[in-house]
Amino acid sequence: MRSLIDILELDVTEIKELIDKANDIIANPVKYSEKCRGKKLATLFFEPSTRTRLSFEAAMYELGGNVLGFSEAQSSSAAKGESIADTAKTTSCYADIIAMRHPKEGAPLVAAMNASIPVINAGDGGHNHPTQTLTDLLTIQREKGRLNNLTVGFCGDLKFGRTVHSLINALSRYENIKFVLVSPEELKLPSYVKETLKKNNLEYVQTTDLDSVMPELDILYMTRVQRERFFNEEDYLRLKDSYILRPERLNTAKADLAIMHPLPRVNEISVEIDSDPRACYFKQVLNGKYIRMALILKLLEVE
Amino acid sequence: MKIDSIKNGIVIDHITAGKAMKIYNLLGLDELNCSVALIKNVSSSKMGKKDIIKIDTDFHVDLDILGYVDPGATVNIIQNEEMVAKKKLELPEKLTNVIKCKNPRCITSTEQELPQIFKLTDKEKKVYRCMYCETAAKE
Repeated sequence: MRSLIDILELDVTEIKELIDKANDIIANPVKYSEKCRGKKLATLFFEPSTRTRLSFEAAMYELGGNVLGFSEAQSSSAAKGESIADTAKTTSCYADIIAMRHPKEGAPLVAAMNASIPVINAGDGGHNHPTQTLTDLLTIQREKGRLNNLTVGFCGDLKFGRTVHSLINALSRYENIKFVLVSPEELKLPSYVKETLKKNNLEYVQTTDLDSVMPELDILYMTRVQRERFFNEEDYLRLKDSYILRPERLNTAKADLAIMHPLPRVNEISVEIDSDPRACYFKQVLNGKYIRMALILKLLEVE
Repeated sequence: MKIDSIKNGIVIDHITAGKAMKIYNLLGLDELNCSVALIKNVSSSKMGKKDIIKIDTDFHVDLDILGYVDPGATVNIIQNEEMVAKKKLELPEKLTNVIKCKNPRCITSTEQELPQIFKLTDKEKKVYRCMYCETAAKE
């Protein structure tokens, strides 16, 4: 039995298998519509989410399975002080697989250590979000046709942005990836993620100026400055509008740039960009469902 | 200053001067009923000054804790007043309940019964990271 807590638990061969499976599901959805008949996914969401929770639920329904769970901590026994370990043991009695989101970093790992069924980390604080990373990798593969030889720009909150950390770790294992890290000084990439880049001798540039690096990017991964990660409202207000992507900013960008965003966005990508063919973020949302279907099949060991 | 030599027990030698008290506490030596000598600022030709701890019983020293706090120390096993073994220390791969995670977003900050587990992620720089949230430990 396997869980998925950190994207690095999957090697590149397994990631390729998941991407291939997701592409096959996209091409032949009917073939998979009964694969999880009689199986149950528990979505344990201790923190609000739209996409991740709905995509997990849609994924399980499209595989013919069922879903149970809660979407906020207040509607679970966590509100009475139940531990993660006990919640995981209890859920193991009712479901076949768990998808857990929690504001505290490491909570899904604690669940996996105590559950008797697979646990998928659906986001833990500012730490990891491996299924978003799988979604991003599927999107890059489908948009660019490859996961190597790319210049990838990350822009916005690189300090608390868990999707950024996971994707950088995942892309670090492919050849000839150059990272361009654009953020305000206060929201720079944490040292432990930079350690991974240095250890693997990967090329990276840190800058506060998005416009100067725009022409070289193959992918621009935008992120939201997240209010919920700040202890201090003043800091949030000062930094939230650091980078807003407007159409004129794309004048110097490549014609085949892929603009990605894990969503939700607040105002960091103006809505005028939604109709630009380079905007991929709603395709990402859809890809999220397919890659989660592939992951559920893998962890439930359904052929 | 005269301190009796020990018959059967442990001598932790070459402790960095000033660290003996920390080691004494972390190893739980306050709970022993036997004689324990903590000697500070002993002259040393190699180190200038060093600390020494002598424990007059066959005590199991947690080499992981000692290796983390002071990897340069040595552990001598004494039997019948003679040294029968000398153990060199290494940085342990894993530390359990030795250091605490200081990240307020870590699950250990709210679920305090969880063991505090840190893993060695960079041997050269002696970096330990929390198993749950990957935050680096600060000494």
